[in-house]
Amino acid sequence: MISAPDVVAFTKEDEYEEEPYNEPALPEEYSVPLFPFASQGANPWSKLSGAKFSRDFILISEFSEQVGPQPLLTIPNDTKVFGTFDLNYFSLRIMSVDYQASFVGHPPGSAYPKLNFVEDSKVVLGDSKEGAFAYVHHLTLYDLEARGFVRPFCMAYISADQHKIMQQFQELSAEFSKASECLKTGNRKAFAGELEKKLKDLDYTRTVLHTETEIQKKANDKGFYSSQAIEKANELASVEKSIIEHQDLLKQIRSYPHRKLKGSNLCSGEMEHIQDQRDQAATTSNPDESADTDLYTCRPAYTPKLIKAKSTKCFDKKLKTLEELCDTEYFTQTLAQLSHIEHMFRGDLCYLLTSQIDRALLKQQHITNFLFEDFVEVNDRVVEKQESAPSKASQDRPPSRSLEECPIPQVLVSIGSYKSSVESVLIKMEQEVGDEEYKEVEVTEPSSFDPQESLDYLDMDMKGSISSGESIEVLGTEKSTSVLSKSDSQASLTVPLSPQVVRSKAVSHRTISEDSIEVLSTCPSEALIPDDFKASYPSAINEEESYAGEGEGAICFQASLSLPEPGEAEEGSLENTLSQTDSCCIGKESDSLRGPLSTPVHTLSDEDGVVSSPPQRYRQKDQGFHVDFAAENASPSSRDISSKGFPAYELDPSCLLASRDVSKTSLDNYSDTTSYVSSVASTSLDRTPSSAHPASPSSERHKKRAGQNALKFIRQYPFAHPAIYSLLSGRTLVVLGEDEAKVRKLVTALSIFVPNYSGSVKPVRPWVSSPLHIMDFQKWKLIGLQRVASPANAGTLHALSRYSRYTSILDLDNKTLRCPLYRGALVPRLADHRTQIKRGSTYYLHVQSMLTQLCSKAFLYTFCHHLHLPAHDKETEEMVASRQASFLKLTLGLVNEDVKVVQYLAELLKLHYMQESPGTSHPTLRFDYVPSFLYKI
Amino acid sequence: MLRWLIGGGREPQGLAETIGEEQTQNPYTELLVLKAHHDIVRFLVQLDDYRFASAGDDGIVVVWNAQVWDCDTGRQVQKVSCFQSTVKCLTVLQRLDVWLSGGNDLCVWNRKLDLLCKTSHLSDTGISALIEIPKNCVVAAVGKELIIFKLVAPTEGSLEWNILEVKRLLDHQDNILSLVNVNDLSFVSGSHVGELIIWDILDWTMQACERNFWTQLDTQQEIKLYQNPNDISIHHFTWDEENVFAAVGRGLYVYNLQTRRVIACQKTAHDSSVLHIARLPNRQLISCSEDGSVRIWELREKRQLTAEPVPTGFFNMWGFGRVNKQASQPSKKQQEDATSCSLELIGDLIGHSSSVEMFLYFEDHGLVTCSADHLIILWKNGERESGLRSLKLFQKLEENGDLYLTV
Repeated sequence: MISAPDVVAFTKEDEYEEEPYNEPALPEEYSVPLFPFASQGANPWSKLSGAKFSRDFILISEFSEQVGPQPLLTIPNDTKVFGTFDLNYFSLRIMSVDYQASFVGHPPGSAYPKLNFVEDSKVVLGDSKEGAFAYVHHLTLYDLEARGFVRPFCMAYISADQHKIMQQFQELSAEFSKASECLKTGNRKAFAGELEKKLKDLDYTRTVLHTETEIQKKANDKGFYSSQAIEKANELASVEKSIIEHQDLLKQIRSYPHRKLKGSNLCSGEMEHIQDQRDQAATTSNPDESADTDLYTCRPAYTPKLIKAKSTKCFDKKLKTLEELCDTEYFTQTLAQLSHIEHMFRGDLCYLLTSQIDRALLKQQHITNFLFEDFVEVNDRVVEKQESAPSKASQDRPPSRSLEECPIPQVLVSIGSYKSSVESVLIKMEQEVGDEEYKEVEVTEPSSFDPQESLDYLDMDMKGSISSGESIEVLGTEKSTSVLSKSDSQASLTVPLSPQVVRSKAVSHRTISEDSIEVLSTCPSEALIPDDFKASYPSAINEEESYAGEGEGAICFQASLSLPEPGEAEEGSLENTLSQTDSCCIGKESDSLRGPLSTPVHTLSDEDGVVSSPPQRYRQKDQGFHVDFAAENASPSSRDISSKGFPAYELDPSCLLASRDVSKTSLDNYSDTTSYVSSVASTSLDRTPSSAHPASPSSERHKKRAGQNALKFIRQYPFAHPAIYSLLSGRTLVVLGEDEAKVRKLVTALSIFVPNYSGSVKPVRPWVSSPLHIMDFQKWKLIGLQRVASPANAGTLHALSRYSRYTSILDLDNKTLRCPLYRGALVPRLADHRTQIKRGSTYYLHVQSMLTQLCSKAFLYTFCHHLHLPAHDKETEEMVASRQASFLKLTLGLVNEDVKVVQYLAELLKLHYMQESPGTSHPTLRFDYVPSFLYKI
Repeated sequence: MLRWLIGGGREPQGLAETIGEEQTQNPYTELLVLKAHHDIVRFLVQLDDYRFASAGDDGIVVVWNAQVWDCDTGRQVQKVSCFQSTVKCLTVLQRLDVWLSGGNDLCVWNRKLDLLCKTSHLSDTGISALIEIPKNCVVAAVGKELIIFKLVAPTEGSLEWNILEVKRLLDHQDNILSLVNVNDLSFVSGSHVGELIIWDILDWTMQACERNFWTQLDTQQEIKLYQNPNDISIHHFTWDEENVFAAVGRGLYVYNLQTRRVIACQKTAHDSSVLHIARLPNRQLISCSEDGSVRIWELREKRQLTAEPVPTGFFNMWGFGRVNKQASQPSKKQQEDATSCSLELIGDLIGHSSSVEMFLYFEDHGLVTCSADHLIILWKNGERESGLRSLKLFQKLEENGDLYLTV
C-alpha cells in the first residue's frame, strides 16, 4: 500500500501464471539480448533463473548411519518443484556441515550411555554450482537402535535466491525452530516408549535367563560351573547391565519434560502419566514383581520378547522412518508447519521485503491503520502463535499432550548430558590445540540502515561464490536468541540496521577453494551468554587488530550493533557493550569437524572456511559480535592463544562451556527470552509476511481475487460509485441476489472498500438468508442477502424496505441499486471504470493507497484541535461547524458527499482512539435522512 | 451510460401519515441498540439526567447509562431479578428516595435495590399504571379500578417502610390503560373504551369526565370506525400547561384543559395503536406505536400552514421525491379543519421490529425507546454526539500528554 503498487505486483512471480503480460514487440534495433535463462520460461527478474528447481522448497534429509546422507522428503512434495535438482547431492552437502554430529553419542569414559540434549544448529550455505542456497537446520533425534542413540537430521529451506535466505534468516530460524521442536517433542515421546518396551524385553529375558541358570545350578552338583553355565551367567550379567543402562536412558529422556513441567500449572495430566510410568519402570526393575505388575496394568498390551543381550546395533536392520521416530501426530504437525513455512517465504524477496516494510510502516500508523488494513491485529496474534504454535495445530488432541507441545525452542539438557558435553568438548579441543588458525572478524559500528547498500554487498558476495567451483559456502549460522537488555532491544527496533561487508579478500580466497566447505558463520542456537562469558569475548575480538590485515580468508564485515560508539567496539573495554550483544561465531576449524564421531563426509572440508557476514537483519540487536567458533568451544589452551593479554582467570572454563550450553544455566530466563524474541518479531519490522498470517497465501489470493472482482464490478456497473460511496460513508450496502456464489463474490470484492470499526473483524457478512434486523445495520456494513422466490422471502424484503433508510440495496438479479446520490470526486478516482489497471492485486494496491490518503485526511480532520472546539466561549456551534466545513472543503479539498466519508472515518477514529478495550462492541449506527434513488443499468 | 433515477420512498402503510426519507428537522441521526432483556421491554423510567431503568416481561430491571459517547457505555449498570411476577410499571419517588415496581403486587425499593416493603397480591392482571400524587401517595391502575396507596416512611416509631391501601376509585367502565399527572391540581386517567376522567389530585374526586367525547368532533360516519374499542382506547396521556395530549387508538388528540375541547388531532398518526406519547419542550410531540415506529410531531397553528409543502429538491419536481400524502387525502383535511391547530409530522424513527412500548426523552442524550422486540434503542443527535466525541478525544489526548496546541 505504501510502495509503488505496480512495481510490486510486477515482481511477484506467481502473477504471471494468471495473466501473461503482453507487451508490444520492440523494433529490432532496440531489442536487448535475450536473457540467457529465458528459454526456461523464467523472466529476467526471476532470481530462480539459474537454478534447477522452479521455486523454493524445503528438504528434509537424514545422515543415515547405513547409507550416508539421504533426502527423505520435500515440501511441497512435488517433483515439478525441484525438477532436476539433485537432492542426493544436496543432502550430502547440507549434512556435511552438521556440527552437532561430533558431539553426540557416548562420551568415552562415562559409566552409562548419555543422551545429549543437543541444540539445533542453523546454518546458511550456498552451492553455486547448483545455484542453490539454503538455510539448513540440523537436529538430532533419538533412536534406540541408532548408533549413539542419535539420528542426525536436517531441514533445509532451499532457494535460488541467496538474498532471501540471508535476509530472512531470523524468520526462517524462528519458524524452523518450531518445526524442529515439534519433531523433537514427538521424538522424545516415541523414544521413551521404545525404551519402555525395550526394558520389558530385557526384563523378560532376564527372567528367562535366571530360570535357566537356576535349573543349570540344580542340575549341576559337581561343585563347579560348566562353561555353559558361566556363559549364561555372563549373559545374565550383561542383561542386568543393559537394564540399568536403559533405565538410566529412560530417566534421562524423562528428565526433560519433567523439569520443563515443574512449576507449570498445566502439568497435572502429563505429570501423573509420567509418574505413573516411572512407578512402572521402577516396578519392572524388580523381577519378582514384574509379572504381577504386568497382570494388573491396563497399558496397551505389549508382549515382551526374548532378546539377545548384545547387538543393539547392527547394520542390516531397517532403521525407523522419520514418522516412526516422531510419533505420527507430531510428524503431521511438523509437516503442516513446514508447509506453512513454505507458503510463508514463497515468492520474490522483493515482495517479502516490501510487505515487511509495508507492515512496519503500518505499525506506526496505529491510529488509522485499523480502518482498511486487515492484518494489523494479526501481528499480535503472531506472538501468541509463537508461544503456542504447535499446540494450535492440534487443538483437538487429548489434553494431556498439550504439555509436550510447547513450541518454545528448548534446550534439551540434563545435568548428566551437560557434563558429558563438557567432556566431549574437551576431547575435541585437544585436537584443536595444535591448530592455531583463527578466523577473525572485524566488528564495527553500523551506519544507518540502507537496504540498497546491503543488497549491493550481497550481490558482490554472490559473485564470489559463483566462481568458486564446487564449493559449498556456509554463509552464516546464527544464535537466534540474544541476551539484549530490554531497553537495548527496543532501541534497536527503531533503528533498522544492517551489516556492511567490507569485502575484499574474501572473493579471491573463495575462488581458490576447491570443493571446500566454507563456513561463513555459525553460532550456537538459543544461547544465552552468561555475563562472565561475555566478558571474555573481547579476547577474540581483540585479536582482530592483529589478524585483520593478514586474515587472508576473512571477509571483514561490519556487524551492526545498536551501540553508540564505533571505537568502543574495538577497544579492550568492551565488556559493557558486549554484554548486551549476542555472540555469533564464525569460521570453524576444519579439524573440528573431524571429531571422534565425525563421519567421512567431513573430509570434504579440506580447507578452512572463513568468516563473514551473518544473516542480515533490520533489527540488528542480535547481530552481535562474531567470534571464533573454536574460541567458543575452546579448551583453555586454545583459548589462551586467542586471548592474548587477558588474564587466564577470566577464561573460566564454565563460561566457555556455557556458550553452547548456556541455556542450561538460564532455563529460568528461557521463556522470557522466547517471548522477547517473539515480541521483537512482531514489534520490529516483521519481515515474515506470512508468519503474520498463517493463511497468507490464501489471503494474498483473496486480495487478488477481491481486486479483480472489484475491478469487474466497476467496469460492469455504471452505478459503482454511489455503491462504493455507501460503503465508505458507513451506510450498509445490502447485496441482494438469488445466487449465493455471485453474491458472495461481489461482497468479497466490495469488502475492500469497507472501513473497519476496529482491529477485529471486518463488518461484512457475505451471506444471510434471514430477514435483517436493526442490529445487523449497526454491526455490518456490507451484507449479502439471499433472495428467495417464495412467500418466505416477503419478510426479508419487508424488513429491507422498512429499514431502507439505513441501507443501500444492490439488486444483483435486476441489476439495480437503490442508494443516495453521490457527486463527490473521491470515488471516481478510486474506482475509475476506464482505469488502465488490469490486475486484481494491482487494483487492490491502488485502492489501498487511495484509502490510505483518505485515512490521512480523516486523521488530520479528527485531530485538528481548533476544528472541533470553540476558539472562545462566545463561539457558537454554528461557527465551529462552519469552520469544520471550510476545512473539509478547502484544506482537504473534499467535494460534496466526500465530506461525509471523511466525517464517518473521523467518527471511527475517535471511537477507536477512545476505546478502552478495542474490538469489544460495535459503534453506534450513524445515518442521514437523505433521499435514495434507484439506479439501473 | 444511461441512468434512470426513480424516487425511492416507501409506500404508505395503511392510511397513516407518512414522511419520506428526507427529514431535515429530524435530529436523530445516530442510534445505538441496547440488548439486555429477553422478553418484551415495557417500561422505562428516568433516574436522573443520564440514567434510566428498563423493565420487561422477563422480570428484569436494568439500569442504563444513556450518556453514551462510545460503545462501551450504555451498559447494564445493575440487574434486579428478584421479582415474583411480571413487572408492568415502575415509578420513582424522588422525595422519599425510593422507587416502586408494579406487577401483581406493588413493591417499594430503595436506591440500593433493597426491597423495603410490598403490598399483598392485588390481581392477576396486575398494575397497569402507577403515578405519584401528593401526601406520599401513589395511584395504581388495577383493572377498572384506581387504587390509592399511601407510603409510610420509617419514623421514630417504626423503622419499617409500609404501604397501605387508602381508597379505591371505581368510576371507569373498562380497564384503565393510562394514568398521568397533569399538574399540581389534577391527574388524568383513560380507559380502554375511551373514557377520560380528570381527578382532583388531593381529594381524589372526579373533576371532569368525558366519555366518547372524541366523536363530538366527527360526523356520524366515524362512529363505525370507533366500534372497535382498540381504536378508541386511551393508551397514554401527556400534558403541558394548557393541553392534555392523548393517544387514542391510532390517533393523537390535543385536548385543551381550558376550553375542554380538542384543538388538534391526527386520527391516523400511526398504523397501529399509539402506546406512548411525550411532549417535548419545543412544541414537539413524540409518539410511539404498536406498528414499531416512533414519530415526531410538531404542533403548529393552522394559520401558519401552507397548503402544500414546497418541494425540497430537484427530483421532487419530477415526482420522484416524497410527495406529501396529505394532498391526496382531502377528506381527512376537512375533518381536521374543525381544529385550530395541526400536528405536523416532522420525522420518524424506524428501528424496532415490533411494537414500541414506551420511550423516554433526555434533554441532553436523546431518546430511548423500548420495544416488544426485546431491544432498547438510544436515538441521538449525531452532530452533537460527534462534537462530544471530539471533546472527549481531546480530553484523552491531553490526559495522555499528546495534545500540542500551537499558540
